[in-house]
Amino acid sequence: MMSFDLPEDVAALRDVVRDFAAQEIRPNSRAWDRDQHMPDELIEKLAALGLMGVMVPSEFGGSGLGYLANSVVMEEIARQDGAVALLLAAHNGLCLTHILVAGPTEQQAAKYLPRLASGECLGAWGLTEPGCGSDAAAMKTRAVADGDGWRISGHKQFITNGSRAGVYVIMAVTDPDKRAKGVSAFLIERGADGFEIGHKEDKLGMRASDTVTLNLENVYAGPDALLGEFNMGYIDALKVLERGRVGIGALSVGLARGALEESLSYAREREAFGGALTKLQAIQFMLADMATEIEAARLLVRDAALALDAGQTARLKASVAKMFASEIATRACLNAIQIHGGYGYTKDVPVERYMRDAKLCEIGEGSSQVQRIIIARELLNSDAA
Amino acid sequence: MNFSLDNDQSELLKAVRSFCEKGIAPRAAERDRNGAFEDGLIAQLGEMGLFGFYVPAEFGGAGLDCVGYVSAVEELSRACGATGILMSAHNSLCVDPILKFGSDAQKRAYLPKLSSGEWIGCFSLTEPGSGSDAGAAICAAVEKSDGWHINGAKCFVTNGAEAHVVILFTVTNPEDKGKHRLSAFIIDRDLPGWRVGKLEKKLGIRASSTTELIFEDCVVPKDRLLGPVNNGLHVALATLDGGRLGVAAQAVGIAQAALDAALEYSKTRTAFRRAICEFQATQWKLADMHAQLAAARLLTRRGAWLKDQARPHGAESAMAKLCASEASARITSMAVQIFGGYGYVQDYPVERLLRDAKITELYEGTSEIQRIVIARKLITEPEWAKQR
Repeated sequence: MMSFDLPEDVAALRDVVRDFAAQEIRPNSRAWDRDQHMPDELIEKLAALGLMGVMVPSEFGGSGLGYLANSVVMEEIARQDGAVALLLAAHNGLCLTHILVAGPTEQQAAKYLPRLASGECLGAWGLTEPGCGSDAAAMKTRAVADGDGWRISGHKQFITNGSRAGVYVIMAVTDPDKRAKGVSAFLIERGADGFEIGHKEDKLGMRASDTVTLNLENVYAGPDALLGEFNMGYIDALKVLERGRVGIGALSVGLARGALEESLSYAREREAFGGALTKLQAIQFMLADMATEIEAARLLVRDAALALDAGQTARLKASVAKMFASEIATRACLNAIQIHGGYGYTKDVPVERYMRDAKLCEIGEGSSQVQRIIIARELLNSDAA
Repeated sequence: MNFSLDNDQSELLKAVRSFCEKGIAPRAAERDRNGAFEDGLIAQLGEMGLFGFYVPAEFGGAGLDCVGYVSAVEELSRACGATGILMSAHNSLCVDPILKFGSDAQKRAYLPKLSSGEWIGCFSLTEPGSGSDAGAAICAAVEKSDGWHINGAKCFVTNGAEAHVVILFTVTNPEDKGKHRLSAFIIDRDLPGWRVGKLEKKLGIRASSTTELIFEDCVVPKDRLLGPVNNGLHVALATLDGGRLGVAAQAVGIAQAALDAALEYSKTRTAFRRAICEFQATQWKLADMHAQLAAARLLTRRGAWLKDQARPHGAESAMAKLCASEASARITSMAVQIFGGYGYVQDYPVERLLRDAKITELYEGTSEIQRIVIARKLITEPEWAKQR
């Protein structure tokens, strides 16, 4: 049956996460952004709500929910703080999603899922390199066979959660001649010999979330470290990105909603020309456009999440949702600054941070340009409209 | 939560699509050129049950829902934008207010013939000096012993030439400058004292008739008042909440036709020894067209679903109409761009689609009115947008 209402359990989760974000995150976000750090206690609190394993089956200590629930969590957290949502995006949306999509061995599931879902350790995901984003053929990190296992060497770039994670999914070339079908994924733990956490980026936005380089030099990966099928790491990574994009779309919706809600409350109080800003059509029209685009973006995100939850492919829908949501979010945040006037340009109100955070969503997990390539390819290769 | 059509709705959509491909799409260019619908078109639409789409079976309708309705309007408009509004204006603007505000006798008198397509309906609110500002209307009805005497002129009435039944809004309480100035009436074609005036020559949806209606001491029996006296603005605004979903669906259908045509053309047209779809400049447009279309379709479907649930849907319909109509104008323009010079000539459909799309930003509330409706909701009900 068609329904545009959230299922009751997801709506209840939304309310819990909304209250949590307002009470525990909102008062601290400015400081976390300034200090480029969020405290470990935050991760413990997120874990206590089940948010460090939203989609991990309950037998492994997760919340056992789907992509729709995850998109609601992402929106509610990002409405207050994009960086906290990004930490969850890398942990749930990339690291854990890769483990779940690739099909972990029993031993891998037992070893990693409970630790990640409980928040005991944070997950990170390593695909990007200094000279390679989504272009697998350019990947330089190599895994060379050594006995039953492999020795991995190379550099991974722009790794979210990289400086504080305990578990990393690392993509490395295992068969250079096979290009996209010659990459494998490995589970690497923090502290492995030859595994070094490198330079931490100083970023425009998402500043409380750490982004680092990872340097691997002859890091040993045993046979039990291979995640998923040999040489299928890149193929799995594409599935992970398809799912992760829905999360980034939801994160974008959250930031845009934050920008709208802050703007609405400001415009209601601020007076100009003898009345509240909300009396002015110039302001009303900006608010109406923001709200309409947010509603549209949220529907696109949830449409993609529902497809994933139904076990369908969502490649087109995920790219549409991510591209549309991230672009409307940047616009909404810029308009929010405009509505706030000079105050919007200061750190006394959160909208300048939302704008800086939103920009990342047009770039990470496949830029808007990559999304358009994917969308066009899907349209041109499909006869169905 | 589930945004997909159910099996019955999908089957219905398939039937409407196949009907449109055979009967409606092939003559769209001819209708545009002639500025008229061909003989027999209305009968064909009636046989498909498209004129009483969500009228209950007891009144001779198909008894379907609004989600199915917007899907049907979309398909019809994808085939021919003018035919889309013929059906949408009839259902949304004439049948709908009778269903919602009509007395039992009025429903029995009008709905069966409107549902079969024997009678076509229209809606008449706009006047030469009163568009978005409905309160500025001057066409007036004065109550006398033999009925209401109506004098004045209305304009821009969609389906005005074909209509047997007019939902007419006139001033009955001139002292009131606000919400209780107008009343709604059901006017029959054979009632003396009124006639169809000038037939507009338009930029787009040229086959759809847009006319003046002239009232010269037209005496309307008292039982033709639709809803309580002086409550016409409410009838009009509530009707437009639903009508906007029809226009949104029309915009989506026109945009889909533009994307279909652009995709097809981009695969066959070559430039610099490659199909133009191989250029990122083309791919970018196709991707943006699809994304905007997908967003508009979901907003439209959501609005229709809310209407089916008998929940408030005014602001949601305004969002759907605003997003869909502006997307449609952009998408059809991008389609013309992809076609290049061929897009500007009538050998291909996209110039017609561009002209047809433009109207969706204007009628049943301009984009500016939609923004006012949305902003008012946001400002007066801050909790509204949070309950998602």
